[in-house]
Amino acid sequence: TQSTWGGRGEQPHFVSLSLTMSTPILYSYYISSCSFRVRIALNFKKIKYQYRTVDLRSGENYKDDFKKINPLQQVPVLQIDGHTLTNSWSILEYLEETQSGLPLLPKEPEKRALVRSITDAIVSGIQPLQNVIVQKYIAVNFGAEHASPWTQHWIHLGFSKLEILLNNVARDYCVGDELSIADLCLVPQVYNAMKRFDVSIDKYPTIERLYNKLREIPEFIEAHPDNQPDTPK
Amino acid sequence: MTSKPVLYSYYRSSCSYRVRIALNIKGIDYDYRPVNMLKDGGEQYTDGFSELNPMKQVPVLIDKGHTLTQSLPIIEYLEETREGPKLLPEDPLSRATVRQVAEIIAAGIQPIQNLKVIRKVVQLTGREDVKPEWGNHWIDEGFKALEVILISCSGMYCVGDSLSLADVCLVPQVYNALRYKVDMEKFPVIKRINEKLKKLKPFIDASPDRQPDCPKGV
Repeated sequence: TQSTWGGRGEQPHFVSLSLTMSTPILYSYYISSCSFRVRIALNFKKIKYQYRTVDLRSGENYKDDFKKINPLQQVPVLQIDGHTLTNSWSILEYLEETQSGLPLLPKEPEKRALVRSITDAIVSGIQPLQNVIVQKYIAVNFGAEHASPWTQHWIHLGFSKLEILLNNVARDYCVGDELSIADLCLVPQVYNAMKRFDVSIDKYPTIERLYNKLREIPEFIEAHPDNQPDTPK
Repeated sequence: MTSKPVLYSYYRSSCSYRVRIALNIKGIDYDYRPVNMLKDGGEQYTDGFSELNPMKQVPVLIDKGHTLTQSLPIIEYLEETREGPKLLPEDPLSRATVRQVAEIIAAGIQPIQNLKVIRKVVQLTGREDVKPEWGNHWIDEGFKALEVILISCSGMYCVGDSLSLADVCLVPQVYNALRYKVDMEKFPVIKRINEKLKKLKPFIDASPDRQPDCPKGV
């Protein structure tokens, strides 16, 4: 099959099931941006996995059954190679270090640092502040009318800073001409911002350009919240 | 001739504190450039600093002509480019566990209790007294989760018996916890590991009270 990510000559291939390992299991919620990141990565690494829904909306993550799997009571959780992994960024790094398929980090240390900075700006800088738990706290303690402006504030602040950075370093992808985990984190964050929090990205032309290009790539499409087993009809 | 790395830092910024610890563990000598996050609304917002780092944050590390931002990427960069004690283990599962703990702190706790967020909360509510409550709440919540994880993965240190990036993230977070009067007796594993780490020279030398920009009497 033809590579769709800039012709770097990577031949996609399927990771064959090892004798000692069963099919990886991903605990995920369709619209969770952290789950979305990992789904995209699994697609690029050509890893077939079992999808287990954790319905965050009904609080399934707080039930004892799921707590046994992840005491942090969060998605995503990836069970792979006999291990249970949590926290999306560390999962992405694990996949990068252990799986074949398209590299998602460049070779040069300073470029890797740049990819990780963009990743960090999203994973630490934006997403935690628009987390449901934080929104609920704001609503309960300061008033429901503050929850939405709160999340929009942090998304806009994060995007405006990212726009400056990306304007300097992005070409076809967030960092130059190579797809990376930065792109895998950008798309879910932008989707989330637009779909759930009514944030427009027209003030962020580089982010908009990258988002529109990346979301056409099959691995991103397959991972999209609209295309998951638990996507509401 | 290679010049020393330059670290832009604020004495009390926990993200800067992490990088200082890592530089010390690796025995890297560096130039300290203070960025006062409080003065005149915050030096990190000046045009000069924004040009250096559009994220308007510390730490920033300048190394061999590269400008590096965000503490975890900086530390991963140091890990990849320098000899000296390793902050990530060899095997991928342990590495994932170290990064998991680091992420719980660096993405799950610190961002919600950092300076700019607290300023926003004060602005939202019009109340200064909401600060200790907010900081205490999010660190307490985060530590409840972290304690459970550490019970299963810790040894002498956060992950087994080797010092790692997880420990580098832990100490600055406990420093903040104490500022917000979090009851550390609730978190015996975090407390034990923190006490051990605080006695190590790289951690001592990195502590806020040892920095050139620490105000006198703090």
